[in-house]
Amino acid sequence: MALENLIAFFLLNYLRKNFDKPEPFPNTNRLLIIGMAVAAFLGLLGASDVGPRFLTSLLSLLLMGALIYGILTLPSFSKGRPIVAAILPYVSITFLAEFGQILFPSTYSGVEALFETAEFFAFIWAVAQWWISRRQRKALEVQRLIAEQKERELVLTEKIKAQLEIEVAERTADLTKQKEELEKALTDLKATQEQLILAEKMASLGELTAGIAHEIQNPLNFVNNFSELNHELLDELEQAAEKGDTDEIKEIIQDLKNNEEKIVSHGKRAEGIVKSMLQHSRKESGKKEPTDINKLADEYLRLSYHGLRAKDKSFNATYKTDFDPNLPQLEVVSQDIGRVLLNLINNAFYAVGGKEAKEAAQSRGGEYVPTVTVTTKKLPKKVEIRVIDNGPGIPDEIKDKIFQPFFTTKPTGQGTGLGLSLSYDIVKGHGGELRLQSDLGKGTEFVISLPSI
Amino acid sequence: MKILIVDDERDVEMLFRQKFRKEIKTGGLELVFAFSGQQALDILSETDPPQVVYVFSDINMPGMTGLELLEKVKTKFPNINVSMISAYGDTENYNKAIKSGAKEFFTKPIDFDSLRKEITALLN
Ligand SMILES: [Mg+2]
Repeated sequence: MALENLIAFFLLNYLRKNFDKPEPFPNTNRLLIIGMAVAAFLGLLGASDVGPRFLTSLLSLLLMGALIYGILTLPSFSKGRPIVAAILPYVSITFLAEFGQILFPSTYSGVEALFETAEFFAFIWAVAQWWISRRQRKALEVQRLIAEQKERELVLTEKIKAQLEIEVAERTADLTKQKEELEKALTDLKATQEQLILAEKMASLGELTAGIAHEIQNPLNFVNNFSELNHELLDELEQAAEKGDTDEIKEIIQDLKNNEEKIVSHGKRAEGIVKSMLQHSRKESGKKEPTDINKLADEYLRLSYHGLRAKDKSFNATYKTDFDPNLPQLEVVSQDIGRVLLNLINNAFYAVGGKEAKEAAQSRGGEYVPTVTVTTKKLPKKVEIRVIDNGPGIPDEIKDKIFQPFFTTKPTGQGTGLGLSLSYDIVKGHGGELRLQSDLGKGTEFVISLPSI
Repeated sequence: MKILIVDDERDVEMLFRQKFRKEIKTGGLELVFAFSGQQALDILSETDPPQVVYVFSDINMPGMTGLELLEKVKTKFPNINVSMISAYGDTENYNKAIKSGAKEFFTKPIDFDSLRKEITALLN
């Protein structure tokens, strides 16, 4: 009975190392060690033949029985079940052989060979089971390792994911902050742009203040002069009426009428100038209305000329006009188109007023007559307004930049650099085009074309 | 007695012709008008010597200014009197004009009484 107890000993030891929680008994480990001690003791007894053989075998059977029963019934010992499956046939046969040998020796000796064969097959079975379970365990182990690996990978992935989420959150916060900063910058820029546009409007108006005053003073003088004349004529009319000189009366009445017409026309002229000045400085953009482009161009040409003259006494230039009398009225925001004209005309005067153009002309041996010409022309479906100067011309490298905001060739403080870019936007806004042709040393021509429907 | 008035405002002609109607009718005054400096020089060059004895010129005109005209007239025809009539009565313009040989400097709006005095003095 040494082998059975040895099996019990190792089985107990195996359980001690492999039982699952929760523990089936309060002191499972100790109980199993006691079991091992008992198995060892019984094994020694069985091997040495010291004790009564029957008692030793019976105790061994009880120990083995209790052990197998425990393994089969307690969930915590479930890991022992494959071993039980392996050893159960062998243990059963050996115990049966043992008790047969002790209790029925005569009968047993007759079937001993049969038992030995059965023991042999049970042993083979046990070995096969052991081998199978070992393979299964190995497979399980591999699976477990794979699972563990996966678990580790999962943990790692989770970690990376968490890290990524933190980074994403940080980046999102950064981007949101950047976006907010950019939005603020944009708002600031828009406000600045509006201020600049207004400043540009006011600057171009300011340049013209003296010219405007002059342009208003001239018609007002005529209004006063002709009124005064009419006053004198009325006195003369009275005298003529007293004398009954009908020819004289008729003549005087005709003069009165003519003068009256002059008063009205110069009054209107002054009114027009004040109106366009007010429109020009108005902050909100106006409405599109039918506009006489010839009149508008003429008005702004005079304003520009007198404005620049008043500002700089040494400034002098000739201006010419060539207006198409068949020009249709255009639906435009007149103060906006007025600004474009004013800007282009101011620039043209600025170009011809400089030394460069004069020197260029004189070097060619000719006398330089600084001239700005404004022409209008009716074309199929559109109207072209040209502002032509015989200034120094615009170099090619500047041509591309000339419509960009803040681009200016004027000395710092003299130009906002917005005039042409605003003009460009205004013309575009009217569905038109603003382009330029320029020859170095000959002059520049800005062409505004506006659709006439 | 021929007097030349130079101004880029064309209605000046109608104004002057009425203002000096009596002088034109009875006083032997003849007015001619030019609407640019160049036109004025052309008129002065029509006859040799020119018939015009007195030039009244505006200063602020496109092309040749009144001051430029003054200089040219004074070099070509030193005997012709030239007076300025300007809306800009500032000292800079005034000094320039007087220095270049202008006889008088009238400001706009024109005081026709003083202008008449100047012209009648010439007629007598
Ligand atoms: Mg003038």
